[in-house]
Amino acid sequence: MSEAFNPRIVGFFCNWCTYLAADLAGTSRMKYAPNVRVVRTMCSGRVDPQLVVWAFRNGADGVLIGGCHPGDCHYQEGNYKTLRRMGLLRTMLAQLGIEPDRLRLEWISASEGERLRDVMNEFSAQIRQLGPLETKSSVISSQSSVAQAAP
Amino acid sequence: MIRLAETAGKLPGVVVSREYKYACSDPGQDMIVQDVRKYGLNRVVVASCSPHLHELTFRKTVATAGQNPYLFHMVNIREHVSWVTEDPEAATAKAEALVKAAVLRAAFLRELEPRRFPVNPNVLVVGGGIAGIHTALTLANANKQVYLVEREPTIGGHMAQFDKTFPTLDCAACILTPKMTAVKQHPNIHLMTYCEVGEVSGFVGSFKVKVKKYPRYIDEDKCTGCGECIEACIFKEGKTPSEFDVGLSKRKPVYLSFPQAVPPIPVIDPEACIEFKSHKCPKSCVEACGDRAAIDFTQTTREVELEVGAVVVATGFKPFDARRLPQYGYGKHPNVYTSLEVERLVNASGPTLGQVVMRDGRKPESIGVLHCIGSRDENTNRYCSRVCCMYSLKLAHLLKEKTGAHIYNFYIDMRTPGKGFEEFYKRLLEEGISCIRGKVAEVSTWPQSPAEEGKLVLRVEDTLLGAVRRIPVDMVVLSVGLEPQADSGQTGRLFNLGCSSDGWFLERHPKLAPVDTFTDGVFLAGCCQGPKDIPDTVAQGGVAAAQSLALIDKGCVEIEPVTAFIDQEICSGCQICIAMCPYTAIQFDSEKSVAALNEALCKGCGTCVAACPSGAAQQNLFLDEQLFAEVQGVLV
Ligand SMILES: Cc1cc2nc3c(=O)[nH]c(=O)nc-3n(C[C@H](O)[C@H](O)[C@H](O)COP(=O)(O)OP(=O)(O)OC[C@H]3O[C@@H](n4cnc5c(N)ncnc54)[C@H](O)[C@@H]3O)c2cc1C
Ligand code: FES
Repeated sequence: MSEAFNPRIVGFFCNWCTYLAADLAGTSRMKYAPNVRVVRTMCSGRVDPQLVVWAFRNGADGVLIGGCHPGDCHYQEGNYKTLRRMGLLRTMLAQLGIEPDRLRLEWISASEGERLRDVMNEFSAQIRQLGPLETKSSVISSQSSVAQAAP
Repeated sequence: MIRLAETAGKLPGVVVSREYKYACSDPGQDMIVQDVRKYGLNRVVVASCSPHLHELTFRKTVATAGQNPYLFHMVNIREHVSWVTEDPEAATAKAEALVKAAVLRAAFLRELEPRRFPVNPNVLVVGGGIAGIHTALTLANANKQVYLVEREPTIGGHMAQFDKTFPTLDCAACILTPKMTAVKQHPNIHLMTYCEVGEVSGFVGSFKVKVKKYPRYIDEDKCTGCGECIEACIFKEGKTPSEFDVGLSKRKPVYLSFPQAVPPIPVIDPEACIEFKSHKCPKSCVEACGDRAAIDFTQTTREVELEVGAVVVATGFKPFDARRLPQYGYGKHPNVYTSLEVERLVNASGPTLGQVVMRDGRKPESIGVLHCIGSRDENTNRYCSRVCCMYSLKLAHLLKEKTGAHIYNFYIDMRTPGKGFEEFYKRLLEEGISCIRGKVAEVSTWPQSPAEEGKLVLRVEDTLLGAVRRIPVDMVVLSVGLEPQADSGQTGRLFNLGCSSDGWFLERHPKLAPVDTFTDGVFLAGCCQGPKDIPDTVAQGGVAAAQSLALIDKGCVEIEPVTAFIDQEICSGCQICIAMCPYTAIQFDSEKSVAALNEALCKGCGTCVAACPSGAAQQNLFLDEQLFAEVQGVLV
């Protein structure tokens, strides 16, 4: 891969764990790769598969979903529902010609600033390895449901 | 920053874009208010710190300017960008992307009203150590009804086990027991000992709590606390290690933890009681109880339901288990003690009535006190337990007073920050305690010289002398550190508390919100938040009480309107969302054949929104169109 490739990654982080872990990494002045751009949701359970597809369609090279550890979800079990969605989502991505490895789900609690940093770095490196996403963009953009829900 | 403001100024819809160092300060907020009024702005985006810190501040600013507070969006370019990015160029690019996303998102914001709920004025305090006791008394004195839940048969916590307290050396019982009695007598405190919280639901202002009440096998309403049942028990001597005396004495199957226990009601231990084992006990206790008929072998665990508006978690700490460091020989050499055991040993009402007699029956002539056991150590806990240097000095003083023995304190650094602490250390040095700077490597019983025969030999590098020394002593005291309770993870889950990487409950802000948590209406007090001494614990208990009062006396809470809603025009009635909701907030309206959402039950996780195949379910502040726009924006 060319050195110049700088992956664009969307992070969907839940408000109560992973988003706070990122805040903690910040207050602890930990340095990590700048590739992941965080979109805050109240719970990882809010991360609609369409949002993920939408991110890839709009040029994301990777998507990172961050939630609370199993059993720790602020809303009891939103993270389990996210987990259950992942399998289907991966299959869907593969059908769209997107390597399923471009999507990653991580449980990172509010106190795990160091783990957050490591995941940010690892995933950025992994996507850099995979290279830019080159999709049969027609397949994604013809996803009528996405187009419909989009603004 | 200036470049960021410039690029933001060029984004579609942006009327005015400014750079200001402290947007959250008064002049910063004022600037926003002026601009909103001057330009008639109907969207505000602030790029500064985490929304967890100042989202509410800026919502209020926007409201002050006369706009709906929910037409505001916050971008976190400090914690998520400038503080974590090495390369300034990359940081600016990332910040630009986030700001663009926010501006695109802001276009889709809608006016909303905060949700208001009344606050139940009752408070639950979990844990009856000095932290919980002080919190409960403060609240009760302010005329609030307090439920104090303690899982042991008595309140008091660790402080009840101490003899004296540093640095003033006042007697722990003399300052604690009056407070314990005050708890029992206070008409506003509902004391629930031998109880544990089993389930919590609801939210700030209206929590529903299920408390499990374990069977004492003695009816608390009928028992007068005379203690005759204990006298009468067919066990003439205790056989079970006493929890309160940390195993240094034995108790009977029916026992009172200690004479000043509150409530003064004994407990029957079914593991030890013959009646539970064989049903063949003559039950002399029942006979002694007589007409009072307080003993009831049929009791079972009961569940009590409480409704409270606020919760204070004060579950304290557990001492580090010295067995985890076998090099110090705890559990192997009988004359190696933990500090907590020594607290009991020097206590005038302890198992030896304050006589320092070792397990082998001898009186020690030389004693080594080892600081930082299980603290400041990569292999156990990295943190400093904050109280050990001071209590080690306290124990050195008490041991010297009681035995006249020669005392060595082995420390890594002597930490005495606190009012009167350094003076206490000076005093101890004058008393002739030998303080040796160095961490003891090992406690052994292999003599290498006649002077070491029959002794515990401490091998230590004296870092002030720069030499390895062997110091023979009769008795070793391990100053164990403080650790989170073994079940703190479970307690955390009950109340939705985060934990620091060491396992202590996480406060909302280490400086500015030290007793608040990320769950509104749940506060922290005492050592469950981190190691601290009694003065700090009491201070924190007072603050937790004040925070609870501030919440209750306001009368109502405002909650961010992040609830979901269902557009019944679009809903196809597939009912997928109903199964998704953890709060049964969605019901099927069979008449209209659509889903109907009960806003009062919804907590706003948005799981139903993600699952809805038709886009009928939406979440306020996290509408599909808002998130789609934000994603598009970050991918500039
Ligand atoms: C050996 C030693 C000596 C010390 N000496 C001093 C001294 O001289 N001076 C000084 O200032 N400090 C001293 N300290 C520190 C002092 O012990 C603490 O500051 C103080 O005990 C903290 O009080 P707390 O209420 O937070 O916790 P704790 O005393 O631990 O009380 C917590 C209470 O909560 C209960 N609990 C726990 N979990 C639950 C649950 N899930 N449900 C219901 N109840 C629960 C426990 O049973 C306990 O009663 C010493 C500490 C040690 C280890
Ligand atoms: S709140 Fe973090 S995953 Fe649900």
